[in-house]
Amino acid sequence: MLIIRNLHAEAEGKKILQGIDLEVKPGEVHAIMGPNGSGKSTLAQVVAGHDTYDITTGEVLYEGKDLLELSPEERAWEGIFMAFQYPVEIPGVRNTYFLKSALNAIRKARGESELDAMDFLDLAKDKMRLLNMEESLMERAVNEGFSGGEKKRNEILQMAVLDPKLAILDETDSGLDIDALKIVANGVNALRGPNRAIVVVTHYQRLLNYIVPDFVHVLVGGRIVKSGGRELALELEKQGYAGIEKAAAESRL
Amino acid sequence: MPNGSDPVHDFTTQEYKYGFVTEIDADTIPKGLNEDIIRLISQKKNEPEFMLEWRLKAFRHWRTMTEPRWSNVHYPPIDYQDLHYYSAPKSQTNGPKSLDEVDPELRRTFDKLGIPLEEQKLLAGVAVDAVFDSVSVATTFKEKLSELGIIFCSFSEAVQNHPDLVKKYLGTVVPYTDNFFAALNSAVFSDGSFCYVPKGVRCPMELSTYFRINAAKTGQFERTLLIADEGAYVSYLEGCTAPMRDENQLHAAVVELIALEDAQIKYSTVQNWYPGDKDGKGGIFNFVTKRGACRGARSKISWTQVETGSAITWKYPSCLLLGDDSIGEFYSVALTNNFQQADTGTKMIHVGKNTRSTIVSKGISAGRGQNSYRGLVEIHKEAANARNYTQCDSMLIGEKCGAHTFPFIDVRNTSSQVEHEASTSKIGEDQIFYCQQRGLKAEDAVSMIVNGFCKEVFRELPMEFAVEAQRLLEVSLEGSVG
Ligand SMILES: Nc1ncnc2c1ncn2[C@@H]1O[C@H](COP(=O)(O)OP(=O)(O)O)[C@@H](O)[C@H]1O
Ligand SMILES: [Mg+2]
Repeated sequence: MLIIRNLHAEAEGKKILQGIDLEVKPGEVHAIMGPNGSGKSTLAQVVAGHDTYDITTGEVLYEGKDLLELSPEERAWEGIFMAFQYPVEIPGVRNTYFLKSALNAIRKARGESELDAMDFLDLAKDKMRLLNMEESLMERAVNEGFSGGEKKRNEILQMAVLDPKLAILDETDSGLDIDALKIVANGVNALRGPNRAIVVVTHYQRLLNYIVPDFVHVLVGGRIVKSGGRELALELEKQGYAGIEKAAAESRL
Repeated sequence: MPNGSDPVHDFTTQEYKYGFVTEIDADTIPKGLNEDIIRLISQKKNEPEFMLEWRLKAFRHWRTMTEPRWSNVHYPPIDYQDLHYYSAPKSQTNGPKSLDEVDPELRRTFDKLGIPLEEQKLLAGVAVDAVFDSVSVATTFKEKLSELGIIFCSFSEAVQNHPDLVKKYLGTVVPYTDNFFAALNSAVFSDGSFCYVPKGVRCPMELSTYFRINAAKTGQFERTLLIADEGAYVSYLEGCTAPMRDENQLHAAVVELIALEDAQIKYSTVQNWYPGDKDGKGGIFNFVTKRGACRGARSKISWTQVETGSAITWKYPSCLLLGDDSIGEFYSVALTNNFQQADTGTKMIHVGKNTRSTIVSKGISAGRGQNSYRGLVEIHKEAANARNYTQCDSMLIGEKCGAHTFPFIDVRNTSSQVEHEASTSKIGEDQIFYCQQRGLKAEDAVSMIVNGFCKEVFRELPMEFAVEAQRLLEVSLEGSVG
């Protein structure tokens, strides 16, 4: 589904990603872990198409297509969704209106019929129940004045409504208490299926108790220094990133 | 960006869609401005003596004045002798008796503009007075309104049929000595709208005027006079368009509103004069004096404006709060794109006790547009317990535009309170990216973000107008992102 080869990316002259290789197949859940500043968000944003990053080398294929040729919205139409580490506020624009416009833009681009207000509300309410979200949040401006937890839940709601094929969650667990974490994990798990892939970016193993990954990758200094199964996350928790970093540095020599 | 364009760039490849010219035989007087021209205008309009006298006094005063240069806009000198001061579609000279008599070309123009002249639009509940160049073309729903004693007609008709009202109120809010453009307007204005709502009457429909400048090298000087007698209520809408021309066209209007005791006037404008092309060529110079006087106790005047057109906008709809407990409001969205310049704002003059005013100004600049908010809140000594709340927000789209605010506050007593909040934000790349990631095109993202920014103002507009305003912003912003 997603193949990343030797990806190098920089911003404002600063080299951030320095040779990423990653393959994600349908049905898989991957976790990307790593210390702050290692390039996790950059990787997520590059896949979503943020234009502040220059791709200097490498390629990204999505369902066989060259993803780097597509604009961010075209990527969304193709089924890529990213939950932002820092969801953006849009004052004055109602959450329902925003999400309905997004959904209909995607449906339209795919040649599907647009949903009317009633059908949309039914769909949204359904998903909100799943996420234990207050309906009043839908009537407020997008993310404006939302608490940290509300913002993260709103991201997952959007994901549930937009129903992507590839979902990348960037630190969706940070700032959530344990109950909220379970709710978010349930929302994500509900999306798991043989035709979908999920990439979870986190720096705590905690989330992975609830969203059990098939693969874990450790990202340090813009490189994936180690990949493994679920057990790698537990190992990380025990020895911290320092040990891994050291091992990685040695392997580079 | 992968598709080779920058989202905050390219702001206007969009063509102005109202830019057609209507082929109509016009009765246009020679260029130039002197006392003979003014006599000619007055004579063409068959005006009573008092009107001619007033025009001449205004003209003599205007000659002593110099064009104001204090505003934050820049434009080449205007040659006032190189303009036509009167242009009327010829077939209209005798005035239409009914809609069927209106020149079909004109009707088509108004159809293109989407003006509900047709009887079928009666359902929409909008009464329209349409001013085409200088003459008021047709006023619908007149009968229905007159049953309630409401007078809604062209200014010329009011001069003929209600000279006493005109004489009593004309120039009492904006005297011809007020400013350069008001003096010019007073001397040469050719038509406009007039409305009188009698005591205790609540006007049951939105009254609406559409202004259109068609003829080349013509200045448009219309004048609106609106009086709400004691306890009356009226909501008035004004819309404007013009054809695309390479030269600049001058529009110098005057609007006077008078609210007596317990009366309420809501005045909404969606101004979409031709803004000039993307290189800054052509466009309307919109130099307008709008002022309302809350003369009676508990009266209220509310201005709402959406300014998207014009090469240059220079306008400050204001409220003179004379009556105790009277209320003034100003809600404004001004958008400048390409080379457009806007210097707009309001004046709230508090004289009566317990008077209150609210100012909400939203300035949006894109391209190389320059947007200035200029506001004056003046609280007189006798205006005890007066209150003002001002919120002034600017949004920048791109790197080459500018936003400026010039708030002046003058409080002469200690019991009053003035609150001022201001903010400037840039449409963030992050906001646009967020929307794009969710599947919205960059352009739709910008218009959604801008509409959200303007929400507090749009919600003051009557329903149909709010939709129109939203669409206009979209059109004006088209091409602003790649
Ligand atoms: N737009 C940018 N411009 C300059 N530097 C950036 C930009 N985005 C990220 N960086 C830098 O790249 C590094 C990786 O950042 P990020 O991908 O956010 O890391 P993580 O998500 O793993 O914490 C950091 O040093 C950060 O400061
Ligand atoms: Mg991050």
